Amino acid sequence: MKPLVLFGRSPAADLAGLGAGRQSWRLRSPVNSPAGDRDAALIAHQDDWELAVAQGYTLAICRDERPAHASLSYVRLPAQFAELGEGDVLRVQPETGRVRVLYRRSSRHNFFLVTERCNNYCLMCSQPPKSVDDGWLMDEIADTLPLVDPTTPSLTFTGGEPLTEWRRFIGLLDLARDLLPDTAVHVLTNGRAFASPEVASAWAAVRHPKLSAGIPIYAAVDHVHDYVVQAKGAFDQTVLGVLRLKDRGQRVEIRIVLHAVTVPRLRETCSWIARNLPFVDHVALMGMENTGFAIANEDLLWIDPMDYREQLALGVEVLATAGVNVSVYNLPLCVLDHSVRPFAVQSISDWKNAYVAECDGCSARDECAGFFSTGRPKFSRGIAAI
Amino acid sequence: MAGFARPDSFVPVASALQLLPIRFERLGGDRFLVGNMVGDMAEMTQTELDRLCALDLAPGDGLYERAFEKLFISSVEQRAQQQLLALRLRSRLSFLRAATPLHLFVVTLRCEHSCPYCQVSRQSKDRVRYDMDEATASKALDIALSAPAPLIKIEFQGGEPLLNFELIRWIVLAAKERAPRRGKQLQFVIATNLALLNDEVLDFCGEHGVLLSTSLDGPRDLHNKNRPRRGSNSHELAVAGIQRIKERLGPDRVSALMTTTEASLDRVEEIVDEYLRQGLDGIFLRPLSPYGFAIKTKQFHKYRAQDWLRFWKRGLRYILDINKSGRHFPEFYSALILRRLLSDEPIGYVDLRSPAGIGLGALVYNYDGAVFASDEARMLAEMGDRTFELGSVHEHSYRDLVLSDTLVSVVADSLTQTAPECSRCVFEPNCGADPVYHHATQKDPVGIKPLSEFCERQKGVITHLFELLEHSPEDAAILRRWAQ
Repeated sequence: MKPLVLFGRSPAADLAGLGAGRQSWRLRSPVNSPAGDRDAALIAHQDDWELAVAQGYTLAICRDERPAHASLSYVRLPAQFAELGEGDVLRVQPETGRVRVLYRRSSRHNFFLVTERCNNYCLMCSQPPKSVDDGWLMDEIADTLPLVDPTTPSLTFTGGEPLTEWRRFIGLLDLARDLLPDTAVHVLTNGRAFASPEVASAWAAVRHPKLSAGIPIYAAVDHVHDYVVQAKGAFDQTVLGVLRLKDRGQRVEIRIVLHAVTVPRLRETCSWIARNLPFVDHVALMGMENTGFAIANEDLLWIDPMDYREQLALGVEVLATAGVNVSVYNLPLCVLDHSVRPFAVQSISDWKNAYVAECDGCSARDECAGFFSTGRPKFSRGIAAI
Repeated sequence: MAGFARPDSFVPVASALQLLPIRFERLGGDRFLVGNMVGDMAEMTQTELDRLCALDLAPGDGLYERAFEKLFISSVEQRAQQQLLALRLRSRLSFLRAATPLHLFVVTLRCEHSCPYCQVSRQSKDRVRYDMDEATASKALDIALSAPAPLIKIEFQGGEPLLNFELIRWIVLAAKERAPRRGKQLQFVIATNLALLNDEVLDFCGEHGVLLSTSLDGPRDLHNKNRPRRGSNSHELAVAGIQRIKERLGPDRVSALMTTTEASLDRVEEIVDEYLRQGLDGIFLRPLSPYGFAIKTKQFHKYRAQDWLRFWKRGLRYILDINKSGRHFPEFYSALILRRLLSDEPIGYVDLRSPAGIGLGALVYNYDGAVFASDEARMLAEMGDRTFELGSVHEHSYRDLVLSDTLVSVVADSLTQTAPECSRCVFEPNCGADPVYHHATQKDPVGIKPLSEFCERQKGVITHLFELLEHSPEDAAILRRWAQ
């Protein structure tokens, strides 16, 4: 099982006359003329080269060699690269020939990495933070948002901590509001920044009609949460942040990653949410992706989902009967108690979603989240065809 | 990659720990119930409680974690724990924002039943004297529609209100005409024994969305013993009425209440079965109140709080087992308490709140135009005690009535948040002030709580429900559903 290849180095390119610096390009079939100067022709047949020139494209994206007679600037995709289609957005770095897919129109799981910087340092972080100056990432996103299909149903901003440079990030949300008002914009944040009323108010002032914040609370006990995120005082700030957002009528999702440190008090954590934060819009109880720091801390974190099956069932039941909207992410149906299965969601992003041999004969495969193909996947002893 | 810090790097400084407001009560032996100011409770041993109070807690010892999750403790630099308590307290008191949603119209005191436990002291004759007239109803309606609550619930009481159905009809139509101007929504209920139910009443209720609430005390012999009328057919008429309403108006248009008498005490299963047989969607196991004929005929004194608690527990056990077999059938008194225990949303029940629900939750317009602070207050008045009479529809406005010295002083005096015994009671956040009851039984709106059967019942009910929630997972799952 392997994730889709969405970045790599182009084996061949001719970018003469395109200028230096990274650029975002929207792919378009040369049957149609370009809708803007950021549209590149997606070559499917040899005939398309001529068509692309005739339509006035300045760049072609292709899989095969450029025919000898053609002279249009082009980028050839790496051999194992994922299938691309009309409306997808590709980032091209002319100097190095590096290409990266930023947006796939057919996917429900598009996300933008806002920064790799973070003031948490979670034990199981799948995207380990780096202390680097990566402000250019937000420029790139600002460059790319105008190319995203405005009918795209959802988009996620992730990190690092997207609110690290919060003023600039709020600017991106303003842009998303203007360009993509119908898209559900979900921001994965640790929520600590919202402890400041100024940040919470700026967020609310964006007034994107479908904006929500996904905020992790790993326990209802200060030192447990702080340990998981490796930051003293984080619990207090995060809870205050959630309260400030809700006080301003903003959508908030609480996210709990299930691992050996969070699971022992899962039922209590869920009861606490039901009693103290019943007004949150969604609670996601999430199986852990064994990648990034989770691999380094495997001894500390790994627990077979079969060993928290009962805790999870109790937690889900407490939340659901309290009227809290709850889902279970990232866990295959076969390891879940029957009562929990209706709450399970096919949550794993399409580009890293996979199934195992046992799934072949399984009647529930079409509704099942399956597995992560990233990192070093760990498998439950409970995996079995249903 | 930088290294990871160990768990002990994140434990709070012991000297920064602080105790937030807690209360506790001994459950017996070495077991204590400990609670916060918004009704979350935990069970602890004496040693654990002592350690909590002394802040002798070590993160990782389990007690620290339980105490933190229940908002019993915080660190001085933290703000979230207190914010949670504050916002939840605000939610729990938010019923004050929609004052006086319930308005009871006693359209007649006459009744064709002669129940010995009648708590309103019904009359059997003299239409002129004991029926409400239109002029009085009109004034009462204006008062009701000037209450702040956006949804005004009008309940027709008696006597037997169907004996003055003409007036009910007049009030419903007048209310519908006047409400839009004031931006109010309306709900109507007739509390009736159904003996006089006829097509005219059914058609009217169907057309105007009027609900019906009746009395059903159990199987025929018990019901007819409790609720005598000429012909000894109260049960037959009630049951036939329930079925007619279900057929004509729909299954959710009728509900029933039972009253526990001495004769009920050994028969809770049969009573529940009767409710199931009638296709009702739950049962309210309700004790007798100390008013009216219930006192005069000494019905009230025939059993004590402990007898009723035994009856209720046995009934609850039976009802839970019915729910286990898949039928959703709540015990409504438990459901009310459970909503207090498991959520901060205010409930519409006027007896389980502080500030007390009298006046601020409900007003009662008596047949003669006198206005009372609660249904029980007018029951007392019929016994000659007019302590809770707030004024008259002919002389006073909503504001006059609710800001009357009588009401303000009783509500202020009976606040459970400050009353002796209540203010430090672990059950207080889930309980309420009942000044009328305590005045009736102890001649004091606050009352001496260790002698109060209200208090004894509340403590018994809440403790029992807490224990089921904590120690009986299968029952707990059902009880949590009732709280929805």
